[in-house]
Amino acid sequence: MEAKVVIKDDLKYTKEHEWLKLTGDVATMGITDYAQKELGDVVFVELPEVGREVEQMKSFGTIEAVKAVSDIFSPVSGKVMEINAKLSSQSNLINSDPYGEGWIIKIKIKNPKEIDTLLAPAEYRKLVGG
Amino acid sequence: MTQPKKTAFYDLHVKNGAKIVEFAGYLMPIQYQGIIEEHRRVRSTVGLFDITHMGEFEVWGKDAEKFIQRMTTNDVSQLATYQVQYSCMCYEEEGIVDDLLVYRLPDHFLLVVNGACLDKDFKWLSDHLSGDVELKNVSDETALLALQGPKAELVMKKLTDVNLSDLKFYWATKGKVGGIEMLFSRTGYTGEDGFELYFSPAVAEKMWNALMEAGKEFNIEPIGLGARDSLRLEMKYMLYGNDIDQTTNPLEAGIGWIVKPDKGDFIGRGPILKLKNEGLKRKLVAFEQLDKAFPRHNYEIQKNGKKLGEVTSGTFSPSLDKGIGLGYVPVEYSQIGTELDIMIRNKPNRAVVVKTPFYQHATHK
Repeated sequence: MEAKVVIKDDLKYTKEHEWLKLTGDVATMGITDYAQKELGDVVFVELPEVGREVEQMKSFGTIEAVKAVSDIFSPVSGKVMEINAKLSSQSNLINSDPYGEGWIIKIKIKNPKEIDTLLAPAEYRKLVGG
Repeated sequence: MTQPKKTAFYDLHVKNGAKIVEFAGYLMPIQYQGIIEEHRRVRSTVGLFDITHMGEFEVWGKDAEKFIQRMTTNDVSQLATYQVQYSCMCYEEEGIVDDLLVYRLPDHFLLVVNGACLDKDFKWLSDHLSGDVELKNVSDETALLALQGPKAELVMKKLTDVNLSDLKFYWATKGKVGGIEMLFSRTGYTGEDGFELYFSPAVAEKMWNALMEAGKEFNIEPIGLGARDSLRLEMKYMLYGNDIDQTTNPLEAGIGWIVKPDKGDFIGRGPILKLKNEGLKRKLVAFEQLDKAFPRHNYEIQKNGKKLGEVTSGTFSPSLDKGIGLGYVPVEYSQIGTELDIMIRNKPNRAVVVKTPFYQHATHK
């Protein structure tokens, strides 16, 4: 059978299948296990520049898999503090460790209220039927 | 909407962890462990594909050869018994109906067509029947597996007494494989050595298990349609609906070698001869991306900001580790070495026209 989708209890989610982890006023984001399974082997991640402003639920980059291309949406608005440079040579980290080494960017949160609009783990589980 | 069908291998796909998609009216495995891994397995050792979605028609009767001569572009009269021929069917005015394989068997012919074109092809052929010809759609009574990879012969050797070194590329035979009498041919859609096996769906599971068991020592795994597509594209094999369709001509597509206008009349000969006389205006070119970029079906091809055409097929190439694609461009831009721009998210990405196959180390005989 197809392996079960992993959903972490300490994260927030978007309906576009991104996750967000809060550490003070900085948030780390990536795509979910469900998303990486749907996309298949990731071969390239187009990342934004550090310092760029991203907006909630606006696309800031793309993920190219062998058979599909997908936009990456920002779960919150803010400034890009850091990008995962490892992805430029090891984009498959998104497949092997989507919640860990496969993180995509870190964002300095502009409006903490936006976090309330994100999905809780149980809500996200419902969305993907996990 | 009709419900998608399941092939006789469906439960095995699910058990093997396949991601299932609907394709050509069937629920088919797009991938199991991952397209890149599956692709590399076929290039380096051996893999097993369920391609039961393909359509099979038998053509019987005294006038069967005459009929196929008229319906297809290649020359069936040159085909020996048990030989296989790549061919295509064209429309009267313009365009390709489908590409297909023609098998000459001792007492009839077998046509193997694209699953997505099955109904259309059957109607097209039925509408043109003449003389003593009987056309039978045997697709639902036929299970089809492809065993592909440099180790495919070693796997088959364990299951059959047929002398495989006598079975050349694009030849078929009848014989026992794993104790089951069947038709099989040395053919495939990957560029690697391999076989395609036609048998009754009633013995599907038995055949699958026999091939997987025999292939174990060569690390055989099931391969999905995703890798089938990237493998065929690395060889510049045509995909109907992408690279060829009702608006394209076999000459432009670079498959003029399966068009034999000298054999006599056939449907679509007129437009082919006309194009031959006037000269080609556009050509299907193969290109590689120069930077990390991945072309996709329908992306625009440009040169100096001017649209030349569109990408018909594109993918990440696991063998070359870069983006590769096909697309039609005016002939003056079709020379090897010509630089083109592929428009990806409104940005030009440099590509260069290359010779094919993209992958130069395939093992097919």
